[in-house]
Amino acid sequence: MSTTMANSDHGHADGVFHQYENIDQQNESYIVGMWTFLVTEVMFFGPLFFTYILYRWQYQEYFWRTHQLLDIKLGGINTMILLASSFSMAMGVHYAQKKDTKRQLGMMGFTVLCGAAFLAIKLALEWAPKFQHHMIPGPQFTWPPHDGYDQSILALLHDVPRGAAEMYFSIYFGITGLHGIHVVVGMLCIAIIMFMKVRKFPQVESYIPTEMVGLYWHFVDLVWIFLYPLFYLMPR
Amino acid sequence: MRASTVKNPAAEAPKPESNYLNNGHTIASWLLTKDHKRIAILYLISVTIFFAVGSFLAGLIRAELILPRGVMLENETYNKIFTLHGVVMIFFFLIPSIPATLGNFLIPMMIGAKDLAFPRLNLLSWYLYIIAGLIAIVAIAMGGVDTGWTFYAPYASMYSNSQVSLTIGAAFLAGFSSIFTGINFIVTIHKMRAPGMTWFRLPLYVWGHYSTSIIIILGTPVVAITLLMLLAERTLHLGFFSPELGGDPVLFQHLFWFYSHPAVYIMILPGMGVISEIITCFSRRRIFGYEFVAFSSLAIAGLGFLVWGHHLYVSGQSMYQGMVFSIITFLVAIPSAVKVFNWSTTIFKGSVRLQTPMAYALGFMGLFLVGGLTGLYLSSMATDIHLTDTYFVVAHFHFVMVGGAVMAMLGGVHFWWPKMTGKMYNEHLGKLSAAITFVGFNLTFLPQFAMGYLGMPRRYHYYYLWPDFQIYHILSTAGAFVLAIGYAMPAFYLLWSLKHGKDAGPNPWGAKGLEWTTPSPPPTENFTTIPIVTEEAYNYDPELAEREETLADMLEHDYSPEGAGN
Ligand code: HEM
Ligand SMILES: [Cu+2]
Repeated sequence: MSTTMANSDHGHADGVFHQYENIDQQNESYIVGMWTFLVTEVMFFGPLFFTYILYRWQYQEYFWRTHQLLDIKLGGINTMILLASSFSMAMGVHYAQKKDTKRQLGMMGFTVLCGAAFLAIKLALEWAPKFQHHMIPGPQFTWPPHDGYDQSILALLHDVPRGAAEMYFSIYFGITGLHGIHVVVGMLCIAIIMFMKVRKFPQVESYIPTEMVGLYWHFVDLVWIFLYPLFYLMPR
Repeated sequence: MRASTVKNPAAEAPKPESNYLNNGHTIASWLLTKDHKRIAILYLISVTIFFAVGSFLAGLIRAELILPRGVMLENETYNKIFTLHGVVMIFFFLIPSIPATLGNFLIPMMIGAKDLAFPRLNLLSWYLYIIAGLIAIVAIAMGGVDTGWTFYAPYASMYSNSQVSLTIGAAFLAGFSSIFTGINFIVTIHKMRAPGMTWFRLPLYVWGHYSTSIIIILGTPVVAITLLMLLAERTLHLGFFSPELGGDPVLFQHLFWFYSHPAVYIMILPGMGVISEIITCFSRRRIFGYEFVAFSSLAIAGLGFLVWGHHLYVSGQSMYQGMVFSIITFLVAIPSAVKVFNWSTTIFKGSVRLQTPMAYALGFMGLFLVGGLTGLYLSSMATDIHLTDTYFVVAHFHFVMVGGAVMAMLGGVHFWWPKMTGKMYNEHLGKLSAAITFVGFNLTFLPQFAMGYLGMPRRYHYYYLWPDFQIYHILSTAGAFVLAIGYAMPAFYLLWSLKHGKDAGPNPWGAKGLEWTTPSPPPTENFTTIPIVTEEAYNYDPELAEREETLADMLEHDYSPEGAGN
């Protein structure tokens, strides 16, 4: 009871906001809130995956061939990077609980670096060549691709209709693009927490904010964990 | 529900010095507030403005259809007007109306919390809503949209050259505003209940909002991404739906209705919650079958996700698909009917007093019943194929959404107005407006069933090939203007009551529920001490009610010219 009184006078005493009775209730609310938000995120990605599944079923053969243009190795490296980042993020939360700020910041910094590496590979090595070969859907879309690819792959592609290929790349860019945006947002959130931690903001004294961005980051990984097999592995 | 609270002398004083309304008078104190009650008021004002805009557009539509060749609008303009009418009414009025106003105001109070779990998020969601509204207005100013509020591809993505992109952006933002509200409600209801407020002591109103929030978090992201895909197709030529790009337009319809059918329950479930509160209070009865009513909300939320295909009977989906969707659609009627039966039984067994909120609640029941029953004609494929895209459909969804949700909204505003403002309004005008609304509504939309059945298509601005429809259109237009009077009246007498109304006191209706145990208007912290709940919801005492009624009768007839209950 006494904590309640103290809080209702000052609002932010010991980091508990005025609407909560105590720190436990606040922490639990945050975690439930984050999980609920992640449910909305799952539903947000859902239709894109559904679209992919639908058209993959409709254009089975053509999609399978177009898949060969994706680089299974680059995708694999990126999967590894994200898995590593997931691990370091989990360690970051662990150290936040232990109140070991130095290690926590180190782990979170590593996570951000992994995110950056992921995006760099994605943009420079995966997307850029596709841009060069005019594989972005739209009036400039050129099909089949002229060169820059293995003869064996080009031979596979020659009778894939333009519409199917364009659809394939629409979904590919749509879904990896949306995922990429989520990676950027995740990196920003982690960086903000790190900044607040360095500047000793009282709001991040507890480990809960770190745990929440951690959950978000794991979600971002998880989406990729579904993406990689669907786009890179399954067709092989 | 009686709440034993630790006595605090300040709470007993007749006039609390500080309440949420007079706690800060600057504009900034409103625009930066984190108090759920003030945010509710902000929403109430903005939602009302959008309703007025949408109604004005409805008036234009109705006026246009008086003559078989139309009165004043070009084909283009007519398309833009019914599109905007739909967009404004659905995304900016109906979806936020009850949750964001009454829900925001009441949920924390009903469960004994000081605020929602995330007050800043709550404020943010109001701002998103306002920004979305402004974007929609810019889109109108730049020429409007002519795709219909459903934005069907490929017309919306490839062919229409109106302001589709902006409008989709606006709907997207409004969606996120509603997602944040839903998350806030779910967390609040899970984690912020006062001691003793178990799940089965929650008011049914809270159950209604809980179910609604589930629909919001599962459904709204789907329409958000679908609109984004449409936007990507339109601007970046990422093909998803357009056959030109190898896509399938029916996919858009599936994704769109996967949200938009449950969305009608976002609009109606909170209304059903309001009706449960009003009916128990004015029947002085514990609601009949509390658990059934609570679970029927969840059942509606769940089943609502399985029936979207009834919008696609004529889209070319297979007949078997249609049959499955048809059967599931019929199933949704069951939980809805459960509610109606339970309300009727409650009224039947109770001692009813017909004050304004109750008048609206009875209106709701009548109109919702017609809306629901006509829904059955549309659920079965054979009749639907005849009725699709006729005025029968227009009449059906207006009965459910305008007759249902708007009636409930008005009933709720009248019920909790004394709590929100501390003032009573004029009871006679209140009942009169409820009656006018009911009559006006039926006059507007009953003729539409008839002409829809006879074949008048929707979205046409003329019908000179069959001028016989004119009589129905004239009746309908006349009804619309009666309805407008019914809708406008509360705006005047409610505002008038702010200055001249009698003081309401904490509990003018003698209702149960935590929100009635705190002063009106409530203090910023809602309760002076955290309430402890010891009773089930709606613990009304029928015998006491009977005695009260006799007393009220005596007062009405012998002494008080104003009538009882004011
Ligand atoms: C809360 C209130 C209302 C809501 C949510 C609402 C919603 C809608 C929607 C979604 C449409 C669909 C347009 C379409 O896709 O064909 C529509 C059409 C229409 N509404 Fe409303 N409406 C409301 C109130 C009114 C009122 C008060 C009137 C008249 C008095 C009215 C008259 C019409 C008419 C005439 C159409 C055109 C139907 C057509 O040509 O297809 N609406 N409304
Ligand atoms: Cu539906």
